[in-house]
This record gives sequence, C-alpha cells and structure tokens, in this order.
Amino acid sequence: MSEDTEVSVRAEVRAWLDANWDPNMGLVDWRNKLADSGWGMPTWPSEWHGKDMSSDLGTAVEEEFQAIGAIGVARAGIRMLAAATLLEHGSQMHKEKFLRRILTGEDTWCQLFSEPGSGSDLAGASTRADLKDGRWIINGQKVWTTSAHHAQYGLLLARTDWDLPKHRGLTYFVLDMEQPGVEVQPLRQMNGHASFNQVFFTDAEIAPEFMVEGLGDGWKIATTTLMHERRGADGLRRWSMGTDRPERAYVEEKTELATAMAPYKWYPQRMGRVDLVIERARATGKLDDPTVRQEIAKLLILSKSAEWTARRARAAQVLGRNQGPEGSIGKLAASHVARLANHVHTLINGADAMLTGEDSPMDGVIAEILVSTPAISIAGGTDEIQRNIISERVLGMPKEPRNDTDRPFRDVPRNMIR
Amino acid sequence: MSFSFTDEQAEFRSVLRRFLAEKSPTTEVRRLMETEAGFDREVWRQLSQDLGLTALHIPEEYGGQGFGFVELAIAVEEMGRALLCAPYFSSIVLAATAIMNAGDEAQKRDLLPAIAAGDSRAALAFTEDNGRWDAAGVSMTATPRDGGYQLDGAKSFVLDGHTADLLVVLARRPGSAGEEGLSFFTVPGDAQGLTRRLLQSTDGTRKLARLEFQGVSAELLGEEGGAAAPLSHTLDQAVACLANEMVGGAEMLREQALEYATLRMQFGRAIASFQTLKHKAADMLIDVELAKSAAYYAAAAVDGDDVDELPAMASLAKAGGAEAYMQTAIHAIQIHGGIGFTWDNDTHLWFKRAKSSEVFLGDPNYHRELMLQRWRD
Repeated sequence: MSEDTEVSVRAEVRAWLDANWDPNMGLVDWRNKLADSGWGMPTWPSEWHGKDMSSDLGTAVEEEFQAIGAIGVARAGIRMLAAATLLEHGSQMHKEKFLRRILTGEDTWCQLFSEPGSGSDLAGASTRADLKDGRWIINGQKVWTTSAHHAQYGLLLARTDWDLPKHRGLTYFVLDMEQPGVEVQPLRQMNGHASFNQVFFTDAEIAPEFMVEGLGDGWKIATTTLMHERRGADGLRRWSMGTDRPERAYVEEKTELATAMAPYKWYPQRMGRVDLVIERARATGKLDDPTVRQEIAKLLILSKSAEWTARRARAAQVLGRNQGPEGSIGKLAASHVARLANHVHTLINGADAMLTGEDSPMDGVIAEILVSTPAISIAGGTDEIQRNIISERVLGMPKEPRNDTDRPFRDVPRNMIR
Repeated sequence: MSFSFTDEQAEFRSVLRRFLAEKSPTTEVRRLMETEAGFDREVWRQLSQDLGLTALHIPEEYGGQGFGFVELAIAVEEMGRALLCAPYFSSIVLAATAIMNAGDEAQKRDLLPAIAAGDSRAALAFTEDNGRWDAAGVSMTATPRDGGYQLDGAKSFVLDGHTADLLVVLARRPGSAGEEGLSFFTVPGDAQGLTRRLLQSTDGTRKLARLEFQGVSAELLGEEGGAAAPLSHTLDQAVACLANEMVGGAEMLREQALEYATLRMQFGRAIASFQTLKHKAADMLIDVELAKSAAYYAAAAVDGDDVDELPAMASLAKAGGAEAYMQTAIHAIQIHGGIGFTWDNDTHLWFKRAKSSEVFLGDPNYHRELMLQRWRD
C-alpha cells in the first residue's frame, strides 16, 4: 500500500463507499463493515481493522466520508485512547476481544488514572491490586472518570508493589466495570454539571490475562495513553452532535452521540467562547466603551495568535519537519485565552454577570462560561505541570530535586485523603 | 495563507543570521549607538551590494529583486535579533514602500533604483511634535510656488531623518484638515531651508531626528491631496514589519536569559532548576511564540490576496508583539538579577529597543483600538 497516492486512495475509498455505504443499515452492522474493510481506521495496521496508511492519506479518507455524509467508526469518549493503548501494548487476545467492539460503538471505555490523592502526580496512585488465589483484587478510589457510568471497561492504573520506587510499582489492567466490586458515583462540579465520576473499588476482581504487558509496566503504558490524550485523540474535542437526517444509521448515531456528549454540553463554554464576544458586546452596548474595547482587543489578539500558533505547529507536522516549540504550548495558551475570555464576558455583561440559568444572558450560556473556564487550566494536566513539561522538555532546563523517586513507595509521604 | 516558511526562505534566514552575527555583535552595536550617524557605511555597502537586502521587496522594474513582505519580514526579524544599527527600516521598509504606494510610474523609476542599490538612503517624515502616527495629525503646509511647492513646519521622530539623502515628507494644503488635502513630497536631505537635528533618544540603536522646514522647495510625489490612503497602507505594511523586527529581538532576549539561567549558580544549583524560573521561562516562550505567529501572519497578509485583511492583522501583530517584547525584556533583566541592571551587560540594549518599538508607529493601546475599528467578524 505504500505506493498509494492520495488521488488513487480517494478514488478507491469513493468506489468502496459507493458500493457499501447505506444509511438505512443498522449502525453496528455498518461499522462491522468498516472494521472488516479497514476503511474505518485506515491509519491502523492492516491486521487490526486498518490499512497501514499515513496520517495524510487517513485525512483524505476521512474527507471522502464527510463528502457523502458516510458515518465513521465510533469515536466519542475515551474509546480511542483505549484502542491506541491496546494497539501498542495489548496482547493478541486483548486486540481480538476489544478493538472491533470499540470501533462499532458497542463497548464504552473509561480511564481510571486520577485519584483524590494523586492528580498531577499520577505516578503516586495508591489504588491497590493484590494477587489472591490467581485473581487480582482491586481496592481504592479513582476520580474524574469520564463515562464511567456507562462504560463496560476501564483502563486501570494500580499499585502492585509498594516496596519499589513509585513509577516501578504500577501495573496496567483492563477492568470489567460491570461487576459488584465497582461503584460509580457522579461528581458534581462547581458549574453544577456532573460530567465525571468517582469510582470506588471494594474487592473488585480482574483475571490475570487482563493485565496489559507485565507487572510493573503500568507507568510506561499510561504514558502512551496520556500522550494520545494530549494529542487530542479523545473524542470529546471533536464536537459533533450528528445530523437530523431520517435514515436509520443517522438516527442511531445521533442517539449514541447524545448519550456520550450529554454530560459535556458545557465543554465549549470552558474554552471561553471567544466567538460570542463581539456579538454580545454589540448587544449590550459595551462595544462603544473604550476600556472594554481594549480588553476585547487583547482577547482577540491572544486567541488569534494561539490559533495561528497551532496552525504553524500543524504545518510543520505536515511537512515532516521537526516541530519547534510552537507545538508544545497550545494547552497553556488555551488556558490564557479562557481566563481572559471570562474576564471580558464579565465586563461585557455587567450586572447580568451575577445571574444564572434562564435569568442570565443567552439562556445561561454566559453564566456557564463564567463558572466553567477554571477547568481548562486544570483538566488534562494543570498549567503548572504544562510549564514544567515545556521548561524541561522544550527548553532543556533541569528538574527540581525530588525526594519521591528513589525509595520504596511505601516510605514516600503522601495524601491520606480518601 | 501559509503557516510555514519554504526551504529557500529558511536558507535566506540562516545566511542572514550568520552575516549579522559577524557584522553586528554587541561591541559594534555599542560603538554605533554612540555615533551621530548610527551606522557603519561598510556594513551598509555589504548588505546592499553583496546581499542585495536593500532591493528585497522593490519590484524588478525599479531595480529591485521583487520578493514579497514575507522575505522583507524575515530580514527585519533577523536585524531585530541582532540589533543591527543601520537605516534599513527607515529607507527600505518606510520610505521605499511609501514611494511604491504613492509615486507615479516616472517617479518610481526615478527614485527607487538608487534606494534599491543602497546608494540613496531615504527617510519617511510624517510625524510631528504632537507624536501622532496618523495622517490627520499633520499640520505642516505645502504651498504652491513657481510650479512646485514650498514646505513650512516641523517634523519629528523621523527615523534616520538626520542622515537621509532623500526625505519623503507628508504635508497638507493650507486650510485643509483631517485626511483631506494631504500630499507626499520629496526633498533632498541637504535642501536649503531645512534644519536637521538628531534627537537624544533612549534607544541609541534607533536614531530619531527633528526636521525644521522654512520655505523648503519640494517636489510632489504622487497625487496632490491623495496621500492619506497610501500613507495608511504604508504604515500597515511597516507595522507588520516592525512586529517581525520585535519578535526577532524578543527571541534573542529569551534565549540569552535562558542561557544565563542555566549557567548562574545560587544555593548550590543552577537557578534554571528553580521552578519559579522554569515557569517564567515557559511563559516567555509562550509570549514570544504567540507574537511570532501573529507577526508572520501579518507579513503574509501583506502579500496575500485579501487586501482588506491586512489593516486589522497588522495592528494585531504590532500590539501583541510590543507587549511580548517588553514583557520578555522585563523578564530577561529580572532573570539576570543585579548584573542585568548594569550598563556592561547587554540586556539593556534590547530592553531599550523594546521600549522604543513599543511606542514607535503607535503603542499597543492605539493599535488595539485601530484593530477593532478595522475588525471583520
């Protein structure tokens, strides 16, 4: 396949879609066809539902799907992080059992990494996995778990050895969420929504074949998952609610997306909704206020500059050049944008900025912005962690001395918060 | 819109960077900023004749090389990085561009080749004592006389105005106001009735002059009464270039501060290992990279097909770049600590360029307002 040009690939996928795409099919039946043919995930290996294509060609295939409105594989939620991790580190059995049902949308996944006692310091996880009578017994608590309330499986990072230094005593498992030892509770956020869950394990069980790679390999594998998360592989960033077309596959897709996305309808607001600023300022008359104009302009400068920085990074990637520092600062720039947008929406809306719900401008959207932007500088790596990453990996600055990495984890001072 | 440089542009940048590293070390910057002229004639000859930089964006039919503003922006970015002391911004970015925008065919053929060759150094005199950067702020008058014109009044903050061979001067018809009645004129640097004085400026690398005109004979450049539009366009183009010059300087400061932090030991470790400095360094990187993106975008917008896009984008890049440069300079001094406040340490050279850049052609408040007025949503 390596000789394929974009033109021939586009022609090939068009012909295949022409022969196979039928919006009146059931969604799972259609996606099984995608999994069989490789056209659903063309960049994946050909032995696992893919076609070994480059990401450029993959994009071309995606565009051909979009051009005729053909539905792709299921992407919403954590499933793509699970798939990418299992493709890289999973056993033959894991791939056979899980990959297809991820793509068809039959299984939903969640990521069981963060804990109340270890957020930024993920390697400080203290959820324990103990081997008893040939089964792993799980006890502890995870938090900020997207989709846990309807997930069939979880990617679990648990401590299997307390005598090794922290990074080496962790093991990665696939956990069956539908069992008595797993209790999922919604976690209510400061903006009133409950998009995430807390998950409590009381003697939950995992069969030994659901360990991913070996004992003590957990941190390495979690790093793969996190890398894909930072690259935006989690489906939540592709905001789609489907279409209103009447054919069966579209209806099923819309239901699927509505279920997956319902808890995250505030997500666009957490970015600060810069797109609403001028329109709102015009509506409130603040577009004529010189001091507010200055703040609006600062926000537009920041957000445009961030957008163009991301495009520079993408352009370098497409050209196959080494990415410069512009590729590492997007998340932090997004925090700055959201924080300033919050400030500007407050100035624009005046006293109305104190109101919420139906009494608030735009039926509560403005209020939701004002109480949602703090999430951006915390979720997926705090601003402080991002600055550490930039300074150490991009700028080559030395790490601060640490006292937690070269002694048994059981001796490391840690939170007792439960 | 392209978001990357071509291999040729990258090669051009690296040639230029090597040339400037050799010709404009800070020892030379320090020497030249103490001189009245503020530049070295031999280096000017080399950058004009050997490298052809003075011809860069001037069309081939007028003796130039016919490159675009993306290339011009690369040149000024590198000059900003090296703090090159030379009348490049004044003669090429401002004056040549103004002649290209305002002049008629014969005037362009007459004036541009000598500027492109570096033989004639031109300056754009449009600002006056009120320090306004727009056309409407002009009060100097041009009175018809003997088939030509006579200029009376004063210009100030004229970049390299004291050494220019040719002055492009903005003046107005007596009795006119606002953007009406404005015309460009050309005046030789040694014209009778013209008094030129070098202003004492904080940033010695950017020479500013005050010019007094008493009955100075001048030739009309372009259309009588029609200078407002070409001036505005010239300023947008120059502001986009200045944004690029600023990010060049800002990046140099950022790199130097980072290098110092990795060498400087306190409390038994490199200060670069303290999280407070690491976070400051990360913030500096963001400031500079975002400003670079805006500056590059603005330069590309000058060359782009969508002519209405440039004005807002130029102001955006200027306001963002000025804030980023100044903030980077403040951080750079802070990271150097006590030595950063000394004359011997080089950081203040860029700090002062950041300060003059912040104000020159309009400060961030001015450009933010201008940007919003020109914004298309």
